[in-house]
Amino acid sequence: MLLALQSLTKTFVGMKALDEVDFELASGEVHALLGENGAGKSTLIKCLTGVYRRDAGSILLDGRDISPDSTSRAQALGIGTVYQEVNLLPNLTVAQNLTFGHEPRRFGIISPRAQRRRAAQMLEGYGLDIDLDRDLGSYSVAVQQLVAIARAVELSGRVLILDEPTASLDDREVQMLFAVVRRLRDRGLGIIFVSHFLDQVYALCDRITVLRNGCRIVTERSDSLDRVRLIEHMLGRELAAQEESEKRHRRSAPLAGEPLLSFAGVGRRGFVEPFDLEVQRGEVIGMSGLLGSGRTETAELMFGIRRMHSGTVSDAEGDLRLNNPRDAIAAGFGFAPEDRKTDGIIADLSIRDNIVLAMQARRGWLRRVPRAEQKRLAADYIERLDIRTSGPEKAVGELSGGNQQKVVLARWLAMNPRFLVLDEPTRGIDVGAHAEILQLVRELTARGMAVLVISSELDELIAVSDRVIVLRDRRQVARLSGSDITLENVVHAIAASDEHREVSA
Amino acid sequence: MRNPRLYPLLATIAIFIIAYAICYLQFPYILSTRVAGNLLTDNAYLGIVAVGMTIVILSGGIDLSVGSVIAFSGVFIAVMLRDSGLHPLAVFALLLVITTAFGAAMGWLIYRLAMPAFIVTLAGMFLVRGVAYMMSIDSIPIDHPFFTSLQRVYWLMPGKGRLTLIGVVMLLAFVVGHIIAHRTRFGANVFALGGGEQTARLMGSRVGRTTVMIYAFSGLMAGLGGIVFALYTGSGYPLATVGTELTAIATVVIGGTLLTGGAGYVFGTLFGVLTMGLIQTYIVFDGTLSSWWTRIAIGVLLLAFIVLQKGLLRLTTARSAA
Ligand SMILES: Nc1ncnc2c1ncn2[C@@H]1O[C@H](COP(=O)(O)OP(=O)(O)OP(=O)(O)O)[C@@H](O)[C@H]1O
Ligand SMILES: [Mg+2]
Repeated sequence: MLLALQSLTKTFVGMKALDEVDFELASGEVHALLGENGAGKSTLIKCLTGVYRRDAGSILLDGRDISPDSTSRAQALGIGTVYQEVNLLPNLTVAQNLTFGHEPRRFGIISPRAQRRRAAQMLEGYGLDIDLDRDLGSYSVAVQQLVAIARAVELSGRVLILDEPTASLDDREVQMLFAVVRRLRDRGLGIIFVSHFLDQVYALCDRITVLRNGCRIVTERSDSLDRVRLIEHMLGRELAAQEESEKRHRRSAPLAGEPLLSFAGVGRRGFVEPFDLEVQRGEVIGMSGLLGSGRTETAELMFGIRRMHSGTVSDAEGDLRLNNPRDAIAAGFGFAPEDRKTDGIIADLSIRDNIVLAMQARRGWLRRVPRAEQKRLAADYIERLDIRTSGPEKAVGELSGGNQQKVVLARWLAMNPRFLVLDEPTRGIDVGAHAEILQLVRELTARGMAVLVISSELDELIAVSDRVIVLRDRRQVARLSGSDITLENVVHAIAASDEHREVSA
Repeated sequence: MRNPRLYPLLATIAIFIIAYAICYLQFPYILSTRVAGNLLTDNAYLGIVAVGMTIVILSGGIDLSVGSVIAFSGVFIAVMLRDSGLHPLAVFALLLVITTAFGAAMGWLIYRLAMPAFIVTLAGMFLVRGVAYMMSIDSIPIDHPFFTSLQRVYWLMPGKGRLTLIGVVMLLAFVVGHIIAHRTRFGANVFALGGGEQTARLMGSRVGRTTVMIYAFSGLMAGLGGIVFALYTGSGYPLATVGTELTAIATVVIGGTLLTGGAGYVFGTLFGVLTMGLIQTYIVFDGTLSSWWTRIAIGVLLLAFIVLQKGLLRLTTARSAA
C-alpha cells in the first residue's frame, strides 16, 4: 500500500472532526473522498499534510511511519496538495508561485531565467497561454486554480491530493485536468480526489471512500457502488423521500400581470450585448451557457457592479438608476456572487454576524437589527440550509468550505430582496443540501420574490426554472419556457453552431 | 503594456527625477558630484536602516525599534572604545552580533506569541533606548585613531565630489538588500508572508524561521546603521535618532512599497531616501525656509503615494476583471 491512515482522530474544541478513520491509497489509483459538507474531508487532508496536528492514529507512506509537522515536510516526502480554500499568492508572479520553495539557484541566488523556463515546463499540457511575469492575482480564478494544480502536480512525487479542484473550471479545463491525472496515475502515483460533482467522480476514480460526521462509512470500487447507494451512504438516510419532493414542485405559470422589472436594451460594449428582459413577480429565471458566455457578466451588469453603456431598467414606479451595487441594493436587488471563497466571507466573525451583515448595512448602523431578531434569523437559516455547526456564534472561518458558502447564501436570502441573483448557488455544496437550497428558492418565489439562477448544472437549472435563458458569446441566443425546458433543448441551444442561432436579443 | 507591478517603482523614480529637475532649475549647482556625494553621506545611516525596514514591511510587519538601536549602537561603540581597549573592528562585530540577536529575539516573540509586530517592536524600542541611557546619559565623543581614520576615508569623484566610506556602505547595503529580497528563497518567503501568512504556510513556507530571520536582518541593518551614524557624528548619544524608525518607514512607502506588505522593490527605497535627502538639500540651499518644511513635504509625498497605490490597485483589479 502506498499510503495508509490508521485510526486517524482529530478533535476541534468540542467536536470530533475525524473519528478513528482508516484510509488506504494504492499506487496507480485515483481514490475519491466523498461526504457531505463538514464530513471531515478537508480535515483529513490537512492532518495528512501537516497543516493540523492529529490527536491519534498513524500515517504510513510505503509502510514507513511518517508524521509531517508542516506542509514543507509533506512536500519533501512527495505529497503535493491543492487545498480547497486556497489558491496561491496573488502578489507573486505566476513563475514565482509555480517554483516557490524549489526555485532554481546558483550559489544561493535565484536565476529568473531558469525559473521562468521551469515554470513554462510545468504549465505545459494545461493549455494556458499566460505571461509568467505577471502577478498571479491579475488572472481569473480558473487560471489560478490551474496554476495551483500544476504546482501540486510538480511537487507530488508519490501522492497528489486535490480538494475540490474543479469548482471553478469549465468543461474543457476539467478534461485537461483529468488527462493530467490519468497520466500521473499511469506513472504509479496515488491520487486523492475530493469533489461534489459525482459525474466527475465516476468518470475519474477507481475507488470511493465515504465519510460522514467524521467517520469512515465505506470504501468500495466505484464500478460496484451505484449512485443511489453512494448518496445514501453520504446522507445516511434513504433517498426516496427526497426525490419525491424534487418532483413535486413544478408550478403552473408564473404569476401574470405587470412585470416586476424590465431591462430594456441593457448592455456594455465588449462585455455583454444589449438585451431585453422582463422579470415577473415570483418567477425563477434560469441562465445557462458555457463558462465565459457572459452569464456572470450579465449578472454584474444587472447589479451595477459594472456600469451599463446602454439601456434602461425600470419597475412599476419608473426608471431605476443602477450605477453601483449600493444603488442596486437600495432598489431591492440581491446578488450572491460565484466566487464566494474570496467575496463575502468575514472569517473571524460569527455565523450570526455574517448573516445579518448586509441587512445591517442596508438599515444603516444606527438602526441595529435587534439581537433577538438576529438570533432568530441565524437559527432559521442554520436549520433550513443545514449549516453544520456547533452553534450560531461559531466563527465562519472554522466551518467547512461548503458550509461557509451556505452562510454567504443565507446572508442574501435574509435580505429578502425583491429580485435576487444567485450565481452558481450550489457549487461546492453537497448533494443533500442542493435539494434544500432549491426548495428554499421555491419558497421565496412563492412569496413574490423573483430569482435569477445562474448554474452550470443543467438538471438543477431545469428543475427549478420557470424560464431558461441561454447565452453564447455574450448574447442571448435562446429563451425556453414551459414544456420547452428540457435538457435536450438547453444543451442544443448552448452548443448550436452560429449558422442557425435564434437571436432573441 | 508594461507589467503593472513595476508602476510604483517607476513612479518613485519619476518623482525623484522631477524633483531633481525642479531643484536644478533653481539652483544649477545641485547637479554636481559634491551635492550628490553629500546626499549619500548625510543619508547613509537612514538608507541602511531603510533596507532592513523594506524587508520587514514587505513581509507585512513593522520594526519600531531601529531608531533606538542606532542610538544604542553609538553609545555602545563610544563606551567600549573608551573603557575596554578592544579594536574598533572587534567592537563593531560584537555590536552587530548583539543587534542581530536582539532582532531575532523580537521575531521569535512575534511568531511564537502571535503578537502584532507593532507591539513587540514598540516594547523593543523602549527597552533598547533604556539600555542606552543606562550606559550613559551624556553624549560621549569617540576618538580612537583607527576610528577617526575611517571617518576620513573617501574617494574623489570627478568634479571634486566626495564619495565617503559610509556612502559606499549604504550603496552596498542596497545591493545586498536587493539580492536578498528579490533573488533568494528567503526573499520569496518574505513576499509570501506579506501576501498572506496562512497561504504561505499552505504553500510550504516555514513561517517561523522566516519571521525570525526578517527581524534579525532588520536588527543587523540597524546595527550597521548605528556604526555608520557613529562614524558620521563621531559620538554616541542616547537621545540621538529619536523618530528615525518613522522616517525610515516613510522612505519605504515613498519608495513604492505597499505598507501592508507583499509588493515593492528594495531599490525603490533608495529613491525614497534620496528624494527625502533632496528636499532637505533644497531647503538648505534656499536658506529662508524653515527645516520643518522637510516634514511637510514628506507628509505630502506620503499621502500622494498612498493615494497612488490605492489608484493602481483599483486600476489593476479593474483590468483583470474585464
Ligand atoms: N479550524 C477549525 N476549527 C474548528 N472547527 C473546524 C476547523 N476546521 C474544520 N472544523 C470543523 O470540522 C468539521 C469538518 O470540516 P471539513 O472542512 O473537514 O469538512 P469537509 O468535509 O471538507 O466539507 P466541505 O465539503 O464543506 O468542504 C466541520 O464541522 C468544521 O466546522
Ligand atoms: Mg472541505
